[in-house]
Amino acid sequence: MIEVKDLYFTYPNDVEALKGVSLTVSDGEFVAIMGQNGAGKTTLVKHFNGLLKPSKGEVLVDGVGTKRASVAQLARKVGFVFQNPDHQLFCETVEEEISFALRNFGFKETTIKRRVTWALNLLGLTQYRQTSPFMLSGGERKRVALASVLAWNPEVVILDEPTIGQDYQQKETLRQFIVQLNAQGKTVVVVTHDVEFVAECSPRVVLMLQGKILAEGKAEEVLTNLSLVAQASLVPPQITQTFLELADLGLPTNVIKVHDASRILLNLLEVTP
Amino acid sequence: MAIIEAKGLAYAYPGRTNHSIKDLSITIERGEFVILTGPSGCGKTTLCRCFNGLIPHFYGGKLEGDLTVAGLNVSEHSISELASRVGLVFQNPENQLFALSVEKDVAFGLENLGMPREEIRERVDWAIKMTGVEDLRDRAPHELSGGQQQRVAIACVLAMQPDVMVLDEPTSFLDPLGAQTIFEVINGLNKKLEITVILVEHRLDLASKYADHVIIMDRGKIILDGEPRKIFDSEEARLIGVGIPRVTRLYQFLKEQDVYLRKVPVASEEASQLLREVLVRDRG
Repeated sequence: MIEVKDLYFTYPNDVEALKGVSLTVSDGEFVAIMGQNGAGKTTLVKHFNGLLKPSKGEVLVDGVGTKRASVAQLARKVGFVFQNPDHQLFCETVEEEISFALRNFGFKETTIKRRVTWALNLLGLTQYRQTSPFMLSGGERKRVALASVLAWNPEVVILDEPTIGQDYQQKETLRQFIVQLNAQGKTVVVVTHDVEFVAECSPRVVLMLQGKILAEGKAEEVLTNLSLVAQASLVPPQITQTFLELADLGLPTNVIKVHDASRILLNLLEVTP
Repeated sequence: MAIIEAKGLAYAYPGRTNHSIKDLSITIERGEFVILTGPSGCGKTTLCRCFNGLIPHFYGGKLEGDLTVAGLNVSEHSISELASRVGLVFQNPENQLFALSVEKDVAFGLENLGMPREEIRERVDWAIKMTGVEDLRDRAPHELSGGQQQRVAIACVLAMQPDVMVLDEPTSFLDPLGAQTIFEVINGLNKKLEITVILVEHRLDLASKYADHVIIMDRGKIILDGEPRKIFDSEEARLIGVGIPRVTRLYQFLKEQDVYLRKVPVASEEASQLLREVLVRDRG
């Protein structure tokens, strides 16, 4: 469990990025943190594995304050996948990249081999085992970054903007993958402004604005609230917009998924599939 | 009149045996707003690099087939000749911006063309105004937010007053409202100045309504090429796994159950209008 208590954070250049954030992420939860560029989303989640330490307030990971723990200790529990894979990747081959953290955590070589094979397979990267990460496309590099974190099997996985640079098919794969990870009991925290992606996942949504939490709740509640969505510099899902414009005909105003939309319309029109 | 014409284009990066694009033919008319999309690694960026001559002149290798852009045969003209006709906005604005102020960055391309001082000043003022970054002109580009940087990158290219603007996922780092603003800026340039726009984009839910021509690539080839509504509604687009707009998907789901809307929607405003017709008729 991650508990954030009245967290303030100021960068060395005096930019106050977080101004009193309180939030609890329970074990096994799936949370999407959304909001405009510069709202403090990435700054917040960088506190979850101790990459940043609170200026004021505290962050507890399973009851332990992050100020007292090292990043190495925290990282074992909380894996962080960076927004830009180039900030994370540096080894000469994909295999070495994925082995790197495992070696640092002191896993045995046989275990490392097994885990690397497992992670490569999981993310469809097996054919790139001996390839340099820098020869891969942006989308592929992102998957290498994800594989290198999943390989050590952290309890909490944080993904910072996982859908950027991914095409639709890869996003679909990623979505199924995240949902599956979550179903297996992993806590998943996604930082994103990809509204359509969140609509299809429907996690708990936390909206941030200027270093504070603006709102939180179910995706169906938050993403269909036009004024909240606009304040957070988002655009509501296409389906939501369409249904809201038809509210005068009695259509529900909390629809975010295309499958639900189609079911509701067919019901109204008394078409039985 | 065609501004870009490619016939039997094929290219492999030096040291690679497989072609990144192959057997590729397209015609893009002057003033069109084109969306170029397809799975990642399909050759979109490679094709964009051909349009302004980075391929073959910078990346090396041989560009096979014929490619004419704004009347210039790409293989026979230098990057600097092509640069004044075709502007390329990179995916990551950090790769493009480097000067100490926005103004200097926007002026850089013009200075390189050896343009007179007064004209540079005029063009910079104009480009900064068109992209809405006037307040930022003295700021350092590296201090700006992603959205601001992307607008500055567009200003740099716009200052060259190109016939064609190629934008490679120019909004990938932006929040949806920021992305919408960029699309509005690009759309304005297309409609007001008749600049031909080629936009590489995955976020079709936001971008589709601006396009009058969609090209879908897969594995180095062009798979679909034509009018957006027709293409998004096609079986092939779905099979390749292009993220067609959600309201177009809704249209398809309804069609499968014999509920027909009058036309194929790509944006929510038209979807609600079309659905309203069906729902009201059903009640009437």
